[in-house]
Amino acid sequence: MSEAKVKKTYTKQDFTSDQAVRWCPGCGDYAILAQTQKVFPDLGVDKENLVFISGIGCSSRFPYYMDTYGFHTIHGRAPAIASGVKLANPDLSVWVVTGDGDGLSIGGNHTIHLLRRNLDINVMLFNNRIYGLTKGQYSPTSEVGKVTKSTPMGSLDRPFNPLTLALGAGATFVSRTIDKETKHLQEMIKKSHVHKGTSFMEIYQNCNIFNDGAFSSLTDKETKSDTVLWLENNSPMVFGAEKNKGIRLDGNVPKVVKIGDKWSIDDILVHDESDYVIASLLSNMTYNEDFPDPIGVLYAIEDTTYEDMMVNQIKEATKKKAKGTIQDIINAGDTWVVK
Amino acid sequence: MSKTTKKVDEVVIRFAGDSGDGMQLTGGRFTETTAIVGNDLSTLPDFPAEIRAPAGSLAGVSAFQIKFSSRDIHTPGDAPDILVAMNPAALKAHQKEILPGGTIICNTNAFTPKNLKLAGYETNPLEDKTLDDHYTVYSVEMSKMVALACEDLGLTPKLVDRTKNFFALGLLFWIYDRPTQPTKDWLAIKFSKKPELVEANVRAMDAGYNYGETTEIFTTRYTVDKASLPPGTYRNVVGNYALSMGLAAAAEKSKLQLFYGGYPITPASDILHTLSAWKHLGIKTFQAEDEIAGITAVLGAAFTGSLGVTATSGPGISLKGESMGLAVMAELPLVIINVQRGGPSTGLPTKTEQSDLLQAMYGRNGEAPMPVLASSTPGDCFYAAYEACRIAIKYMTPVMLLTDGYLANGSEPWQVPNIDDLESIDVKFADKSSVVDGQFMPYLRNKKTLARPWAIPGMKDLEHRIGGIEKEDVTGNVNYEPDNHHHMVKTRAKKVESIADELGKSEIFGNKNGDLLILSWGGTRGACRSAVEALRAKKKKVSHLHIRWINPLPKDLAEILIKFKNVLMPEINSGQLSKIIRAEFLVDVKGLNLVRGKPISSADIQQAANSLIG
Repeated sequence: MSEAKVKKTYTKQDFTSDQAVRWCPGCGDYAILAQTQKVFPDLGVDKENLVFISGIGCSSRFPYYMDTYGFHTIHGRAPAIASGVKLANPDLSVWVVTGDGDGLSIGGNHTIHLLRRNLDINVMLFNNRIYGLTKGQYSPTSEVGKVTKSTPMGSLDRPFNPLTLALGAGATFVSRTIDKETKHLQEMIKKSHVHKGTSFMEIYQNCNIFNDGAFSSLTDKETKSDTVLWLENNSPMVFGAEKNKGIRLDGNVPKVVKIGDKWSIDDILVHDESDYVIASLLSNMTYNEDFPDPIGVLYAIEDTTYEDMMVNQIKEATKKKAKGTIQDIINAGDTWVVK
Repeated sequence: MSKTTKKVDEVVIRFAGDSGDGMQLTGGRFTETTAIVGNDLSTLPDFPAEIRAPAGSLAGVSAFQIKFSSRDIHTPGDAPDILVAMNPAALKAHQKEILPGGTIICNTNAFTPKNLKLAGYETNPLEDKTLDDHYTVYSVEMSKMVALACEDLGLTPKLVDRTKNFFALGLLFWIYDRPTQPTKDWLAIKFSKKPELVEANVRAMDAGYNYGETTEIFTTRYTVDKASLPPGTYRNVVGNYALSMGLAAAAEKSKLQLFYGGYPITPASDILHTLSAWKHLGIKTFQAEDEIAGITAVLGAAFTGSLGVTATSGPGISLKGESMGLAVMAELPLVIINVQRGGPSTGLPTKTEQSDLLQAMYGRNGEAPMPVLASSTPGDCFYAAYEACRIAIKYMTPVMLLTDGYLANGSEPWQVPNIDDLESIDVKFADKSSVVDGQFMPYLRNKKTLARPWAIPGMKDLEHRIGGIEKEDVTGNVNYEPDNHHHMVKTRAKKVESIADELGKSEIFGNKNGDLLILSWGGTRGACRSAVEALRAKKKKVSHLHIRWINPLPKDLAEILIKFKNVLMPEINSGQLSKIIRAEFLVDVKGLNLVRGKPISSADIQQAANSLIG
């Protein structure tokens, strides 16, 4: 799928299907869909080679609205179905759209196994920290004590941190973005596409019906400069309206410090996308009031993809034994003739 | 003392020993050799679920039965003529199944006080004469003799003792006049990196053979003539292996990529193992993280234009149910194999059963009809697998193929097919003819088969979306209209029913009317045929009909059933297919339902038949 082969120049319209979009008015999913349709012409992939696979949940309706190949499947199984698609035809550009319930609860097992295998599949996990389609139960990313219909006295389970989970599962690309940050969202989609191997992208997405404002501190103009840490590779981790706050390592413990009197910019930790330890430190700032929320690429390394290794084994076996036929196998072994 | 040779028509041998004694291997070698000699044969491996139960315990007994004959046979036999018992537990577990007058060969050295106690014997049965009234017992010091045969090889006593199964094999080769050379050749390859083990096992086998030849204990050898099978080239084949070849043949004939996804489970794992070794055929295999990922990955591959196949056993089918429903909805070709085992739950993992038929038929939410067929012998697994693939592709539907533990691990001589002779599998992917007003119509059906067009990612201008939500026919758009849903439910059912049009006439063994029709499906075919042959030899008006396709059932079944005064259906379940047949045809089918984790015997069936028609 070299870019040179793409003859057609696409527009956003080319990726918009004829189906009416049926999310609740004001849902963060609209923004994510719009940015995806907008940025896809830039990917340089022929439309027929794009496949969207989803599970069940609000986010999983996504494939119906993209004018590409799409398969809206069953709850939690999108990573496994997508694996089959990619292994059957490694030339395809395969996208999984999932949510915090679909991808981390009922389908958590498939998510971690996709990540450890490192197939070249792009995962967009819409995290709204609530169950929307089933009307408002707490999700595996909801905060402890969440009062919902199924937890009238507050939820008891500690939430998953999707990025820590992805890193623990051996992901080679881990990023986070926010539905309202349109440019950043586009950039993360592009980076996911370019990364060879499984790209895990968590998208903070507002459910304005059942969990409105879950990320408002990260999106409100008044607060976001203090609550978001925008990650830039090879740049110091600074934030704040005045860019005067930063993350400093005290031994191996990250701390928020003020740049000025005691600490200078040179004391601030520099982001390195290839450093697993830094990625882990960053991912653990999630759900932690003492720290800003890291947004951007936490981790990106190159590693062999599963499908390349699978194709290579077939090549190797074919080279060693020559391309076989089933008739050879049928005829093999000890045989005898009855006349 | 001179040795005499006696010609017999058929023999049933059972090898039994501890899990670590190599009984499956011994049985396997005897089987391969018997195949080369040209007898018809049928085998029944019977092993515990525990990989290594405590040595010498009853739970750890592993057995392998083979029947071989100069005639065309259909089952691995009911009771063995000869039991080889490598320890007291093996004797205890299997002695009651040997007919009076039968022969028992024991490894005397294993009859130690400890082993006798483990097996629950208060006194040594080889010494207290309790067996002698009923059986001919040969006490052979196998362990001692292999130790002597291998004493100069410098191997540890433990390693040497592990060759005693080859002593038993050699002795049986002598008794039944079979060559040892093929096993010597096989050993040379098997242990090519450990020549000392080749030598030890060869010596043990020769010692066993010579023991029969030279001692005066065994006075009679038996010969079994070649079986008069239809002309052709034959090989011995095990069910799971035949099935794997059938899948690969279907891929080759359809020119589709075979994509196999699955999760290890007894007794289906050998299909995964076999296909994984055939990468040089271009086959892709994927050991998934669980049963659900096994089938969903395959479904993704089917969406992408591969021949998708998954195999499992009952517990795995339970987990795959929702995915099969999606395959029914998405109308994608998929082959799901259930190598049935004893249930429910974990049940009897290594034993056979036919108790998943209703699950195959109805084990999905909603109206989710799927074609279901069952293979009937180890060799038939090849043709059944091929047929399942052909139908899945032709009708764009998931197909369930039922086999069972007995078929999967059992073996029989198999006439080697030429794949050019198999019915062709024509794949026609979607093209512009399914595009209306610039839009591809994913549910614009073939008028005859009702199959929808198969457009796969990578095909230009055929981009489309499908999913598990109800579709509008033709466009495939999400649709919740009451009448459309009713129409789609009926259409999916009609598509499966229409397969019956190409199934041809049912073949009845025996007369087309009479006192009794014995109906079978799956692995009970052989026992039913044997029983009907025996009953007919006694002038009983009994016929046999074997049903291959369970959904749809043969179109002529109703007219066949009404021509018989009685219908008997032996099944290793509580009457699952008979329930369907009673419901469909209002025929009073009598069941013979023995759910013991082992094949129903021909004798059981004859007895049930006699009690029905006297």
